[in-house]
Amino acid sequence: MLELKDIFFSVEGVEIIRGINLTVENNKFVVITGPNGGGKSTLARLIMGIEKPTSGKIILDGQDITNADITERAKLGIGFAFQQPVRFKGIEVFDLLKMAAGGKLTFNKACDYLSAVGLCAQDYINREVNSSLSGGEVKRIEIATILARKTKLSIFDEPEAGIDLWSFKHLIQIFEDMRQNIINSSIIIISHQERILSIADEIIVLADGQIKNRGAAEKILPEIIDTESVIQECEKLKR
Amino acid sequence: MFKLDEIQRRLIAEVAGLHKVPIGAYNFRANSQLAGRNSTANIEISSKDDGSGIDIRIKDGTKNESVHIPVVLSASGIKETVYNDFYIGENCDVVIVAGCGIDNCGNQDSEHDGIHRFFVGKNSKIKYVEKHYGSGDGAGQRILNPVTEVSLNDDSFMEMEMVQIKGVDSTKRVTTAELKAGAKIIVRERLMTHGAQKAFSTYKITLDGENSGADVVSRGVAKEKSYQKLDLCVIGNAPCNGHTECDSIIMDEGKILAVPSLEANHVDAVLFHEAAIGKIAGDQLIKLMTLGLTAQEAEEQIISGFLK
Repeated sequence: MLELKDIFFSVEGVEIIRGINLTVENNKFVVITGPNGGGKSTLARLIMGIEKPTSGKIILDGQDITNADITERAKLGIGFAFQQPVRFKGIEVFDLLKMAAGGKLTFNKACDYLSAVGLCAQDYINREVNSSLSGGEVKRIEIATILARKTKLSIFDEPEAGIDLWSFKHLIQIFEDMRQNIINSSIIIISHQERILSIADEIIVLADGQIKNRGAAEKILPEIIDTESVIQECEKLKR
Repeated sequence: MFKLDEIQRRLIAEVAGLHKVPIGAYNFRANSQLAGRNSTANIEISSKDDGSGIDIRIKDGTKNESVHIPVVLSASGIKETVYNDFYIGENCDVVIVAGCGIDNCGNQDSEHDGIHRFFVGKNSKIKYVEKHYGSGDGAGQRILNPVTEVSLNDDSFMEMEMVQIKGVDSTKRVTTAELKAGAKIIVRERLMTHGAQKAFSTYKITLDGENSGADVVSRGVAKEKSYQKLDLCVIGNAPCNGHTECDSIIMDEGKILAVPSLEANHVDAVLFHEAAIGKIAGDQLIKLMTLGLTAQEAEEQIISGFLK
């Protein structure tokens, strides 16, 4: 369970996050949406420890992790999928998955993680995670690293950003599967996509660094459907 | 392994990946002395008459065989120049592993300058691996100045893996190649310098024959106060394809000068080059830290991947 208590964050005197209180229970699938520039990505980075709050507390399973660094939080079970996954010259997909798994990983297990994100291990396991991979491929590999980590809390920062529509359809399926199989962990996704919002246990609308609205998907989604917080699925692709 | 002490065995393992006597042809040299040699039915190794080095003669059609010629220096103050010539016949497919390891615990400089010449016959395929490594905490320098000259006959192919990862204080590497029609060369160089080390690496690849091709990529990491100069030149004298690339990570107070260059002397020569120098990206470190690595472990993984 993650608790954010009265979190503030400012950069050079500009307040980006302004007093956020939030609890994410175990086994919950929470989607954070809201207009661009509202503080969503910053909030995700604060939870992972990439940024430190100006004030407030972050509690994971009762433990105060406000001052813990990225590595400590990772070891406590927080995982983070970047909006723009990082690429590495020379590091292969298997190397990355092995690091994510804590240093030991069998080929078969790596194959399972890659299959879960719709990639054939045979084709990808020895590929370098470099610029030869497409946006969709690198995004799926990013998600596979989270699967390999077996996290207590997984944060996905706009998983749909920068990928083609074809890959997006597969991506939705991955998150629907995650939603089905969530056990003793929780998932926070930052997304504008209606398909992802619709499978949330809870939707949180963040704007101007504050929570403007929150509640069950069936309550919140109709309220925000015609705002910039929601991007609806392409009508042609529904066919 | 015969005639080798513990330090020499460790150096051999570092530079040639050998933990026991290899299968196939080999020539081991330790502290300027012959430490073991084996010729095979197809590969003959012999000392030059003047004692300046060895000749390696590989018969036409030799396939799936290997030659190991590692050199180790474990005594301080040795300075040697060795000439090794490889005469490779036609239609061969052979792996050649060279390399030099220096352990210098003394106060005098130790230096090995290996001059390797390759004469590759028509339609032959060669993989050449050369690793350089230094160890020991003496004030004496560990110096390696390899010169590699390659002559590739029609339709031959050579893949060169040139690696210097650790402990060499000073190196001047000079590699030249001349390619005839249909010949191809791939070079993958990996250089890591640290401390006050200096590394100069020069490549001059001349594409003389029609449809010859070269792909020369050097990746380097300059740590602490070390210096690297990479000078990679491809010359096209015929319809050919050439690519050269210097790609470097700079750290601490390191300095790198990358000079990829091209010279086209034929209208159908297609040549291009690229060069990049930069520090490790902050996002790369953060990504690996989100997987549970410390900042230092993340840095090590990024460098070892880059130099793989």
